[in-house]
Amino acid sequence: MKRLLLAFAFIAVPIATSAGTGLSFVAPALADASIELHLKNHKFTPSTIKVKANTPSMIILHNDDETADEFDSSSLKIEKVVPGHGKGNIRVRALAPGKYPFMGEYHAATAQGVVIAE
Amino acid sequence: MISALIIVFREVIEAGLIVGIVLAATTGVPGRERAVTMGVMAGVLGACLVAGFAGELANLFQGSGQEFFNAAILLLAVAMLTWHNVWMASHGKQMARELKAAGHRVKTGERTLAALSVVVGVAVLREGSEVVLFLYGIAAQGGTTAAGMVVGGGLGLLGGAVVSALMYFGLLKVPASKLFQVTSWLITLLAAGMAAQAVLLLQNGGLLEVFTSTVWDTSWLIRDDSITGKLLHTLVGYSEAPNGAQLIAYGATIAMILVLMRLVNAPAARPKPA
Repeated sequence: MKRLLLAFAFIAVPIATSAGTGLSFVAPALADASIELHLKNHKFTPSTIKVKANTPSMIILHNDDETADEFDSSSLKIEKVVPGHGKGNIRVRALAPGKYPFMGEYHAATAQGVVIAE
Repeated sequence: MISALIIVFREVIEAGLIVGIVLAATTGVPGRERAVTMGVMAGVLGACLVAGFAGELANLFQGSGQEFFNAAILLLAVAMLTWHNVWMASHGKQMARELKAAGHRVKTGERTLAALSVVVGVAVLREGSEVVLFLYGIAAQGGTTAAGMVVGGGLGLLGGAVVSALMYFGLLKVPASKLFQVTSWLITLLAAGMAAQAVLLLQNGGLLEVFTSTVWDTSWLIRDDSITGKLLHTLVGYSEAPNGAQLIAYGATIAMILVLMRLVNAPAARPKPA
């Protein structure tokens, strides 16, 4: 039993530390430039988003459709479900200059967009 | 129909591979079917709940509730997988060495069945809630797509189940004497991949902002969104462009499990717990 507790201690410590470092996250997150993105009729507006390279940014996705969709981008490493008539804060890491396509996974035929870092 | 097929297939594979590994790891343990079935059912139920409360969940923690929720359940799964491996290392191997009666081995396996049941439940919950949201979305639109959705979703489910079954029966081909070793490695890598994924979610949620830069990029070789990439992601935590914190979490989880397994497995270091 002792060892099991030890096992959980190993797991609990990193979680606790990560929670600790998180205390400082409010200020920088709010300081980031944020971009409003709308999803309507399963299409993104704007479908091209320009961000400053090497700087984190925040995309606020407003889902104006009835149903949920998932903002999905393997190059941005983001998968975020946004319910119908809901909004989601999408944190974009500091990006090297380049193009980063994204899509609404549940309606990938129409919901397409790209983040351009420059 | 095709999109329903692809999405359901992908999510079922992710959960199914985990179920396959759990089944292989519990070969010969009675009650495992019940434990796994209960895990799956609880997962499906949970997935519906999560999908139903997706809006509320998303709005928690400044819009990062979903990330934190997923990170939390992943870390829970990591804890359960660790527990299983460590427990099996301390008891399973020793018993195999002493060639004790099968009945005793059974008891040992049963101890961690509950933990593995949780792992199965968590896997189904995570992947299932996306399927539920997606299918609900299509269903809500109604019309001709509904029939296509059922067919596509059904085919996706079938395909995912077949791949998972192949994985399971492939594992059963491993000689019994080596099966424990193989499954404990698989579980270790599974846990490491989940820990790395949890770290990414915490980063996306804005809770962890260290070592976020990409360390290497192998997207030219295997892309994350390819089927191979998805399979490897689930099995060994493959990521086309992992960042520093993810790699640290991955390495630390493997190290933690191996060290704990070794600690409990060393004969001299096994006094009877008081």
